[in-house]
Amino acid sequence: MASTVDPLPALSEHAPRVREDSSDFFGADPMLPAPYRIHKRRQELSDTFTLELAPADSSRSLAFGPGQFNMLYAFGAGEAPVSISGNPANPATLVHTIRAVGPVTEALWDLKSGDVLGVRGPFGAAWPVAEAEGSDVVIVAGGIGLAPLRPAIYHVLNQREKYGSVCIYYGARTPADILYRSELEKWRGQFDLTVDVTVDRATGKWSGKVGVVTRLVARGGFDPSQTVALVCGPEIMMRYAVKSLKQQGVANDRIYVSMERNMKCAVGFCGHCQLGPYFICRDGPVLRFDRIEPLFEIREL
Amino acid sequence: MATTLKISAASLAALFAVLGDAGRRILGPAEVDGRIELKAVRTLAEVAGDQIQPVLSAKETAFPRVERLLSYRMAPGKVELQDYDPEVQPTVLFGLRPCEAAGFNSLDAVFNWDTRDKFFNARREQLTVVGLSCTQADDACFCTSVGGGPGSTKGSDILLTPLPEGGYLAEILTERGEALKDLAPALFQPANGEDKEAMLAKVEPSFEHQGLAAKLPGLFTSDIWAEQSLRCIGCGACAFVCPTCVCFDIQEEADTKQGQRLRCWDSCGLRQFTLHASGHNPRSAQSERWRQRIYHKFGYFAERFGGPMCVGCGKCSRACPVDMNLKEHLTQVYEV
Repeated sequence: MASTVDPLPALSEHAPRVREDSSDFFGADPMLPAPYRIHKRRQELSDTFTLELAPADSSRSLAFGPGQFNMLYAFGAGEAPVSISGNPANPATLVHTIRAVGPVTEALWDLKSGDVLGVRGPFGAAWPVAEAEGSDVVIVAGGIGLAPLRPAIYHVLNQREKYGSVCIYYGARTPADILYRSELEKWRGQFDLTVDVTVDRATGKWSGKVGVVTRLVARGGFDPSQTVALVCGPEIMMRYAVKSLKQQGVANDRIYVSMERNMKCAVGFCGHCQLGPYFICRDGPVLRFDRIEPLFEIREL
Repeated sequence: MATTLKISAASLAALFAVLGDAGRRILGPAEVDGRIELKAVRTLAEVAGDQIQPVLSAKETAFPRVERLLSYRMAPGKVELQDYDPEVQPTVLFGLRPCEAAGFNSLDAVFNWDTRDKFFNARREQLTVVGLSCTQADDACFCTSVGGGPGSTKGSDILLTPLPEGGYLAEILTERGEALKDLAPALFQPANGEDKEAMLAKVEPSFEHQGLAAKLPGLFTSDIWAEQSLRCIGCGACAFVCPTCVCFDIQEEADTKQGQRLRCWDSCGLRQFTLHASGHNPRSAQSERWRQRIYHKFGYFAERFGGPMCVGCGKCSRACPVDMNLKEHLTQVYEV
């Protein structure tokens, strides 16, 4: 009975909570969704769309930390956890980018402008954008993993002078799967940002980079000892992205990943989202990598 | 605030009438179709005396197997949401074994962790737990391995312990217990140095739970989880009967115009528990689900809340259709 796993980190070292932002919400019943109306629906990719929402019966704005998520409720179908992908400086409009992969997100897909859905949140720990001030920031995203990172990108760009070099490295399956393409192109045109995009498979007229996103990380563009890295994408992609960041010299306590698990209640009761000792709804979804490193190396948790 | 009194069997029978007159519902272990279940009783005579404990736990008095969270009605461009408060009734849980009573401490911790669950707490606040110490135990029992005991006061508002000379020692442990006693103070007498231990069952400890918790971090990739769970069929009965298991699912019951959301008991032993909409399942093998059950109860929960999420009642072992005995499995892990 071999024992190869390091002891788990103490729970007292949990990432700071961001829930104070939403005290108005948690004064009420956290299991009761608030009705929101769809103001705009935008098709992003063949299976991915963005909803812009505002409260259906009030003017309250939902302050959130970049990286936090809401439970979106398609009446009749159920709830799914979806990260917020809008600008935290503009909380009056709630923006969610959603990939239709299951019954709930497919029901959300069918909704039109003017329709009402339910929102509970915001929940969970945010990207450490305040702690990263003064550091270089490296953002590594894969596929729809760019959506939970976009609020962090907006935040950094809103307060660009507070950060050192900023790199955005993005990988998509094919050129047709590049999310927020026009925004990426706009950011790439800025002199104070390094933006690079790669695809797993070149299709159509793509003459950009082909390969995994970790190769972009290996090209550098940041000072590893002064860098905070924010990583979101499929677990296998995050595993290799972290490896690449560590090879560059970024310490594992300056790397943050956003994890995904099945969720039901989002307030630490229902038990579904546990990853080792952590409740992803409450202690995550953003977790400092050194805290989950022992678990990350093991398949099946 | 604990005070120790005595109550005779006749006075205890009289207390039932007092409680009924005071509008209290009394739930106690009683025979139903040859099984012992927690059911509404009016008299002490209805309470099953010679039994270890009911099949199901008392948790459903505060955390029912199905709870309606909300309902809604749809109109064009509009949704009307209806919130609910649970219907509650002042209830005395009479004759819970000390393990089951202690189970409420775990539930209280989870449902008030950092968000208060209004459904659980509304029901819980109506409960007064009158525990009954154990005079017998079976092979499934292991309360003394997880910080409890056949005469433990944990979780009880009043604990009754049978005395050799007849009657019961009555420990009044909380304000709720005090309030219950004050409904009929004349039925109680001062204690006089009676020996609480005289009639208690003997439950030899099989392992030591802090030591078990200390073992777990080093055993994550051990083969022991696969070995122990090879026969597990993933039915979830262990969680269903458990007084501390709190995991739930949220289900939708709806047509195109209206619907409701229901919270239902769930189990980490079920394959769908962690299944993502994408088809990815982070815990796809039964051994990983078994490991999660043990780590959550004896490692993660203990670290977060200061003790295991297990009271050693043995209900899971008695209910298991393939005879997995939790006490034996934990002892094996402890002795690795």
